[in-house]
Amino acid sequence: MMQADRPDGAGKLDIEAILEGLEQYRPRRRGWAWRTGADKTHHAGPFEYHEATDPMKTGTPLPAAAYFGSIDPQPRPVITTEIASGRFEDDIRRMRMAAWHGADHLMVIRTAGQSHIDGLLEGTPQGVGGVPITRKQIRAQRKALDMIEDELGRPLNYHSYISGVAGPEIAVLFAEEGVNGAHQDPQYNVLYRNVNMVRSFVDAAEAKKIIAWAGIAQIDGAHNANATAREAWKVMPELIVQHAINCMYSVKAGVPKENICLSTVPPTAPPAPAMRLDLPYAVALRELFHGYRMRAQQNTKYMTSSAREATVTHTLNLLISELTSADIQSTITPDEGRNVPWHMYNVEGTDTAKQAFLGMDGLKELVQLRRHESPMKDSIRELKERAVLFLEEILETGGYFKAVEEGFFVDSGLYPARNGDGIARQIHGGVSADTVYERDLDYMAPVTAHFGYNNLEQYGPEAAADPCSLIDGCTFEKPEKIVYIDELDPDDNVHTRLAETAELRSSTLLKPEMEWQGDGVVLLTLFLPTDRRTAEVAAVEIGNRMGLEEVEVIHTEVMQPAEGVRVELKGRFNQVIDTSTLEIPPEEKVLSHEEIYDEIHRRPMKLVAATVGEDEHSVGLREVIDIKHGGLEAFGIQVEYLGTSVPLEKLVDAAIETNADGILASTIISHYDVHYKHMRRLHELCLEKGLRDRIILIAGGTQVSPELAREQGVDRGFGRGTTGLQVATFLVERRREILGGA
Amino acid sequence: MERKDDFARRRGHLADLSEADLEQRFWSLTGELVDPLLELARTHTTPSIERSVLLRMGFSSLEAGAIVAATLDHDLISKGAGHVVYKVARRTGLSVREAGLELAENRLWDEATAAFGRS
Repeated sequence: MMQADRPDGAGKLDIEAILEGLEQYRPRRRGWAWRTGADKTHHAGPFEYHEATDPMKTGTPLPAAAYFGSIDPQPRPVITTEIASGRFEDDIRRMRMAAWHGADHLMVIRTAGQSHIDGLLEGTPQGVGGVPITRKQIRAQRKALDMIEDELGRPLNYHSYISGVAGPEIAVLFAEEGVNGAHQDPQYNVLYRNVNMVRSFVDAAEAKKIIAWAGIAQIDGAHNANATAREAWKVMPELIVQHAINCMYSVKAGVPKENICLSTVPPTAPPAPAMRLDLPYAVALRELFHGYRMRAQQNTKYMTSSAREATVTHTLNLLISELTSADIQSTITPDEGRNVPWHMYNVEGTDTAKQAFLGMDGLKELVQLRRHESPMKDSIRELKERAVLFLEEILETGGYFKAVEEGFFVDSGLYPARNGDGIARQIHGGVSADTVYERDLDYMAPVTAHFGYNNLEQYGPEAAADPCSLIDGCTFEKPEKIVYIDELDPDDNVHTRLAETAELRSSTLLKPEMEWQGDGVVLLTLFLPTDRRTAEVAAVEIGNRMGLEEVEVIHTEVMQPAEGVRVELKGRFNQVIDTSTLEIPPEEKVLSHEEIYDEIHRRPMKLVAATVGEDEHSVGLREVIDIKHGGLEAFGIQVEYLGTSVPLEKLVDAAIETNADGILASTIISHYDVHYKHMRRLHELCLEKGLRDRIILIAGGTQVSPELAREQGVDRGFGRGTTGLQVATFLVERRREILGGA
Repeated sequence: MERKDDFARRRGHLADLSEADLEQRFWSLTGELVDPLLELARTHTTPSIERSVLLRMGFSSLEAGAIVAATLDHDLISKGAGHVVYKVARRTGLSVREAGLELAENRLWDEATAAFGRS
């Protein structure tokens, strides 16, 4: 399925091939997979890690890993990425990108409205803000993830939602298709989806029993109270209560504690004094819920359209995870506040988590929380007491349903304070109200993992011991009994969508893409020296004049009210580029820093350098030489810099005097080809003085063409954008040739 | 309901509890809260639960939907939709799958109601 069109074998995923043979596809395992090797000390490059896990076979390291031999250590928590583009076939490629960066929990957001659909969806219709979860869609993504697992050598957890009015059916679907994680919390249905509360809790018990059988890791929905309440940092006692209700309900329905994850979120964000409010809460929660798992969610309540700000909040949240604990670290993409769910943001969120955890490796060996001293001690105690009082009042009121009717939940008061702005639902209200039926004495269901009263005894002891013996095994034991439906809608399906973009996969045509193949979306950042309103309108005009379509401002930030505004724009570039018409020069090969450094260390190298002729420019040359910019000095090469406007004769004489290995001549001014004339003269001077065969001549400058430079007789020309590493590589290789030929 | 923060007054009975006793109280109250909900779930069913049973019995989502809709029409959901299919299969000698497909096509419901002593 992978087109091995690159020497490292990492070809593109063949989406069409993944979709073939799905009716036969069976997942290779069930259940959640944690990272392994957390008990060991790990080594990567020059470092030792105390909180790492087993590395991947391949992957994409952090950008700064280039300084440390491209190491890519993996922190302890499973890292989540949430994907919600509406087209699962495009999400598959995004999953691969995120997984290569270190995400091993791929969470698929459902299409808007699926929670109110009373039954399963089939086929592959396009979604809005998420994908319609169907058997075919799950199989295709699970199959792709199985292939990506093999590339990376690490299990990937696949996840979606068991909520809404079809929870038990979705749970069966997930158990059958090898889905590894799921949100399941009846309170979420009741409070945020207005599903009838009785229906929601009755369905949840069945769903949880199935979750238990399939080894699925369950995540609750409590963090939504934080995202919804008006003053979100005040709902902490309620958050604790919501977590507890779902945890206890799940345990009593048969889910093992170690598969129950609290979706916990630091309740506030800067400029609030977030750490002082959030940290005691995080500790209190982990103490009360000892034995359960923590899925650390990012604060989304106080997120704006600034990706930078979201990233800092995320990082502070990661500090809380490090100082307390996180089994699963979520990474709300930094784009969430501006509603551009693009590939690159999944990668950025994943990298933020990986980067922060690696940077904080072993932090708790060095610092300790002052848990048993004020003020942390008092805050923790107060939170626990407030939560207990909340539970007491629910029971006094007449139980959970009564409390929901009276608007106990998502009230923005710090309980027991109440602001009267909670979400109230009625016991006979909501979607699918009054659809719960009492089981008769002879009620029976001949299947595995069925919750509650089940009169199997009426069919004998064998049935009582093994319910599905009555039907010769159910799909959980005999997956061949699963009935696969391919497509129901001849127009709205993956095949028609893929047909529209087929050329982009099978030819050399290329189009920019943020979310869907061929979407043409580009992002532009600009600064406009005017006020915000003017800037917003002017920015769209600029986008239009650049030839973009559907131009939209997605972010503005005032730099100073009168001086100007930073604007981010998105738009569509609706043209294709044919890469076969591009002239793509071969990439220059460079040696590693270590190899150059070692060689210079063994056999020192000396150069003389100057800007030649009547030329006062020196910036480019200094960049190439300067140790601070990673220039030649950084490799131990000694460079005698003679200055600007240096006559060529003086430069050559200096080379002779210092017995230099080479000359660097910078030639910026290029009128009448004076730069090439200088190169030729340099070459001739060295010939005349008899040192041409043992000296390396290099010419550089913004207008220098490498080919024309060589025609003038120098060994090499370097143009715009040259790095010290490129020049050092050439020097080392050229000296090897000279020495080898001598 | 609106209420000022009366935490200081309310917490009186908790003030002297040890941390362990406070946590223990938290979990026992939670248990008290969820037990009636679980009992409700234990003794009740829903269309989605019944469709989930039929899925496990080897029916497609469309077939399961049709069978449960007809089970509701014939007022037999309290018996279990899977039970209806199983019993009709036993009475007619059809396989479970064959019986379910007949019921999904709105046939054999006389057998079903008779099987449960309804007519």
